Amino acid sequence: MHPWIGVGEADRRRILDELGLDSVDALFETVPAAVRTDRLDLPPAEDEGRLMASMRALSGRNTTAAAVPSFLGAGAYRHVQPSAVDAVLSRAEFFTSYTPYQPEISQGTLQAIFEFQTVIAGLAGLDVANASLYDGATALVEAALMSHRLLRAKRNTVVVAETVHPMYRRVLETYAGALGIAVVTVPPGEDGRTDPGRLAAAAGGDACCLVVQSPNFVGIVEDLPAVAEAAHGAGAMAVQVVAEAASLGILHGGGRFGFDIVCGEAQSLGLPLGFGGPHLGFFACREEHKRQMPGRLVGQTVDADGRRGFCLTLSTREQHIRRAKATSNICSNHGLMALAATVFMELLGGSGLRAMALGSHAAAEETKRRVLMLGDPWRLAYPIAPTFDEFLLVGPAPGEELARRAAEAGVFAGVPSRKWGGSWPDGLLVAATETTRAGEIRALVEVLGRIGR
Amino acid sequence: MSVPNDLRYTRTHEWVREEGDTVVVGITHYAQEQLGEVVYVELPEVGRTLDAGEELGTLESVKAVSEFFSPVAGEVAEVNERLDDEPGLVNDDPYGEGWLVKITVSGDGAELMDAAAYEAFLAEEGH
Repeated sequence: MHPWIGVGEADRRRILDELGLDSVDALFETVPAAVRTDRLDLPPAEDEGRLMASMRALSGRNTTAAAVPSFLGAGAYRHVQPSAVDAVLSRAEFFTSYTPYQPEISQGTLQAIFEFQTVIAGLAGLDVANASLYDGATALVEAALMSHRLLRAKRNTVVVAETVHPMYRRVLETYAGALGIAVVTVPPGEDGRTDPGRLAAAAGGDACCLVVQSPNFVGIVEDLPAVAEAAHGAGAMAVQVVAEAASLGILHGGGRFGFDIVCGEAQSLGLPLGFGGPHLGFFACREEHKRQMPGRLVGQTVDADGRRGFCLTLSTREQHIRRAKATSNICSNHGLMALAATVFMELLGGSGLRAMALGSHAAAEETKRRVLMLGDPWRLAYPIAPTFDEFLLVGPAPGEELARRAAEAGVFAGVPSRKWGGSWPDGLLVAATETTRAGEIRALVEVLGRIGR
Repeated sequence: MSVPNDLRYTRTHEWVREEGDTVVVGITHYAQEQLGEVVYVELPEVGRTLDAGEELGTLESVKAVSEFFSPVAGEVAEVNERLDDEPGLVNDDPYGEGWLVKITVSGDGAELMDAAAYEAFLAEEGH
């Protein structure tokens, strides 16, 4: 069989004989009949021009966060999108979504990844970062599994703050359940922060890691030094997950406070909002733990003539060498998205990332101030705790209803805080960034004012 | 190929030297040659109890990763900490400075081969 020319009837027959099946349909018998179809009800084929027109008409029915006043966040944030990012991405030499499989011939790609790793490690406050993962949720899963390995699989509980993004927790539970690892969830205290003592006590000595998100799902900056201390006091790894990477422009990554792993979602760093993806996972850890790290890793080296070059390193952790004992099933990275983030971060530089973070924080504080001026029944769920660019607002109705009514008036006022459950008050997660315009805040205040009356 | 007469051998290419109650374990000259340049050795914790045949640690070379196994049942008495900084000792001196683990023996070991039997085993395996 040729590796990239499709199989013919004879080949198909051979495969079926080998499998002991008499038809291709028999191969798919495990797929329930109810979800199988033998005929797709499609309209006749259109030419390219007509097809584009009808697809545009269809996509035009969507309202995007760029088109209306938008305060949506909860894990996906509208930030500045420099045109240079797409311009670099679309260069043919770069335009692949993976690390190459003959990597060293693509020095430019490896250099970009190396730079990505360098910047991420700096933001995380840790020694080593990998070439990227799929998204924040899978990065968290990898962090939990790595902690489990580091403690030699002797501790079988992952303790996770409830204020870690609920979708990340669901992904974590899916993986953990399959591996026989328990997940214990600890709700936040009355101030919306996670109590490090409760976190440490939750697993009764069986915790391989304590996980917090900071800023957390309800927008609040966690007490990272106290969480790291509690984790280490309990003999567990300290894991920080970050859902809003722009925060790292002004908030130190957990490595600075003793965290062992800092991971999360880097969509905010140059990736547009796009119906949930593609996103970009990042992952950083300490030097001494690097052999248990998941994913690809690019290192800097010198060639035979002493010139600087880049190569994949510590590959023996990975599936193509280590097989079933690999540190992870990921054997690629989000190459193109990591490149976007690299171009973005290098365009902005340290001062630019800081300005973006300060701008986001200022916009959220201004939004908060203006909304609270509406007075009763609008209030903050957690009035004292420090937030970055997102906060939990409660009003006269449940979050779903508030969001719906505001959307009907042409404003995306926020994400319903209990969209995926949660023990916190039912309201709106309102996010603002450096892209938030004064007119958007006015529109939000006006529409909430009307709903409140 | 060097196969010292005073050692005993496993089918997974570990060698064993008896020193009273304890045994010293390493990998054979043949094994290190197959692995290539060793760049990292993961050793067990001292005090860990083992069954014969249980995985003892891993050896990582520039081209492969391989586990090594305990030839006897017992408890890890000592590990070769020099390998943390000098993993190449496994290649340079597999029967000496490149030893891996010392184990206090608590029960019967797996069946071990003498040098002649190990050499015959290597020949038989097509080495």
